[in-house]
Amino acid sequence: MKFSARLRELEIDPRLLGMLGALAVIWIGFDLLSAGAFLTPRNLWNLSVQTASIAVMACGMVLVIVSRNIDLSVGSLLGFTGMLIGVLQARLLPELLGLEHPATWLVAMLAAVAIGGTLGVLQGVLVAYLAIPSFIVTLGGLLIWRGAAWWVTQGQTVAPMDGRFRKLGGGIDGAIGATASWIIGAVACAAIASGLWLIRRRREKFGFHVRPVWAEALVISIACGVVLGAVAVANAYPLPMGIARRMAEAQGLAWPPGGLFIAHGLAVPVLVAIGIGIVMTIIATRTRFGRYVFSIGGNPEAAELSGVNTRRTLMLVFAVMGGLAGIAACISTARLNAATNAAGQLDELYVIAATVIGGTSLAGGSGTIAGAMLGALVMQSLQSGMVLLGVDAPLQNIVVGCVLVAAVWVDTIYRRGIR
Amino acid sequence: MLRRTVLAATALVAAPSILRAQARGPVVGVSWSNFQEERWKTDEAAIRAAIDAARGTYLSADAQSSPAKQLTDIESLIARGVKALIVLAQDAQAVRPAVEKALNEGIAVVGYDRLIEIPQAFYLTFDNVEVGRMMARAILGARPEGNYAFIKGSSADPNANFLFQGSMEILKPHIDAGRIRNVGEAFTDGWLPANAQRNMEQMLTRNNNRIDAVVAANDGTAGGAIAALAAQGMAGSVPVSGQDADRAALNRIALGTQTVTIWKDARELGRNAGEIAVRLAGGAKLNEIPDSVSWNQGPSRAAMTAKFLRPVPITRDNLGVVIDAGWAPRTAVCQGVPAGRAPACG
Repeated sequence: MKFSARLRELEIDPRLLGMLGALAVIWIGFDLLSAGAFLTPRNLWNLSVQTASIAVMACGMVLVIVSRNIDLSVGSLLGFTGMLIGVLQARLLPELLGLEHPATWLVAMLAAVAIGGTLGVLQGVLVAYLAIPSFIVTLGGLLIWRGAAWWVTQGQTVAPMDGRFRKLGGGIDGAIGATASWIIGAVACAAIASGLWLIRRRREKFGFHVRPVWAEALVISIACGVVLGAVAVANAYPLPMGIARRMAEAQGLAWPPGGLFIAHGLAVPVLVAIGIGIVMTIIATRTRFGRYVFSIGGNPEAAELSGVNTRRTLMLVFAVMGGLAGIAACISTARLNAATNAAGQLDELYVIAATVIGGTSLAGGSGTIAGAMLGALVMQSLQSGMVLLGVDAPLQNIVVGCVLVAAVWVDTIYRRGIR
Repeated sequence: MLRRTVLAATALVAAPSILRAQARGPVVGVSWSNFQEERWKTDEAAIRAAIDAARGTYLSADAQSSPAKQLTDIESLIARGVKALIVLAQDAQAVRPAVEKALNEGIAVVGYDRLIEIPQAFYLTFDNVEVGRMMARAILGARPEGNYAFIKGSSADPNANFLFQGSMEILKPHIDAGRIRNVGEAFTDGWLPANAQRNMEQMLTRNNNRIDAVVAANDGTAGGAIAALAAQGMAGSVPVSGQDADRAALNRIALGTQTVTIWKDARELGRNAGEIAVRLAGGAKLNEIPDSVSWNQGPSRAAMTAKFLRPVPITRDNLGVVIDAGWAPRTAVCQGVPAGRAPACG
């Protein structure tokens, strides 16, 4: 009992702890089964990049599901947006600006957010103002945007992508290197410490309950440990020898006989995903819009009666979801270095599964962004780990399906427990 | 209800075709599995041209990837009085009842590109086993020994197995002799490039980058594999195969990151299908079709009559072939290619 009392003083969501525990079990299990191939800097780095696009969309899906809606169209939306920006940067912009123009990536990315957001608004209007169930609107979207993706080029694959744009997908150019990674890690730690300290000051001022000092220190040091650990892992993954050599020679450095250790560092898509996770957490918990979304999910009638513009809020939820699907389209198109009309197929199910595994209730009203992102990481760990073990695709799907159902079952038991 | 829909659909589309039926040639129906891929439109144009040349009439239906819809499609084509049917099967087993019905009514059936294993039906395709052999030969030529990885097609598609079988036919002696090691093979769920990329990344991780050559089942999966290789700085130094002669793949061949793509000229396939259908509708027997062979290598070993077209391997040296044939424009093939890299791009 004493331990659990201590745990309560830490004020950490036990469900988040449970997820981290599950993730640890999965990682260690795969590492044992694959004779140490899973918990290597290289595999963890790959895993982080593979998770990025789903994690970005899961952030938006939390708001959608919290508001008692669903969005089945995100995979198709990703495919359609990816196709449009593929054509934009591989065919249109080279003619207007020239091949490999420095502004290409920015134009393409802004276009992706604009297109995704606009299509999201369109679906949001149908849901919010015409009161068509979101399941139906987005089921229609699933079919429509997938078909539209085909029409953009009559099914042709568009490749290659712009060189700068490709950084959004990770790879060698898409990693920021060791020094920049440490700087980001240090800044993140400083932000965590000062942020928590500020919150503590404010709570003291209003006479609210605060954590004991030891608990506060423990939380800060664990959070910083995780951040710096992640940076250390990313920096422990060296560039392949051939490329390191090319880079050294390009800078006029002598090539030492033992080889040169140039670290990858954090990947750009992962930073994008984490940045979006932070922004979305702030939106969800610290803004009026976010609180409206949760109050609509908790009780739509009460929210409307207390003066919340529920329709406008719902429309915006879908707009945010669409914009995030646009960013995810950038990440996955850049990663593949090609826009294909099948991109994002079944992603809607992975995104919804990640969100739900991450503790968002399908009944609406509760859920966290961090949980959904962790959920995405759990799903991707399962899939990548099984590929590493050589498990074939059908069996992978069976395992992922079982985990999804089991995770929601455990969550249901937990909710019943606290009630 | 179903019959009424079919009748209504028939009435709707039949009107103009009755007018054209005065052209005296045979009425040929084509049942497509889906138009979700770039290439089937090319096939359609070629089939149409062949039928028009024989002054016949072209009717078509698109099953939109649904095996059930394909059954009703074929029934409605029969009802519209076709003399020969060209069927691109969505599901080789599920389509059998409808094909048998057509054959019982004396309608000739050409199984188009995908096998329908009924001996009375004709089977026209590119030789998929040969495609696999060609891929293996090209990769073997570029890298005669070392660690080979295999990015296979979708496990649900029999063609994926034909391809792998063909590749293995060529590579088996070298594997037995110890010159080549199979260090990983994985099916690509749904032929999705993103899945191929993930599989390739995991294979590279497992083998610590010691992969010397990649036999990928088509250009889409090759694109995924090459993206994974590029992340390790290995794109261009590891030979990669593919098939379909996608524009993106032709560009990669010109750039040097992909070694070979096997070109199956869809216009050739379409033209042959149209001509064979017209002949069969005119009363020719299956074995009277020029270049037809008997073949029994399908899953249930039925004795089929078939015609196999030979695909063409495209490498950096003969890229000009696809450009000259009008398959892909030079600008698309040569985009971003430095001078002197590929002969076709100058």
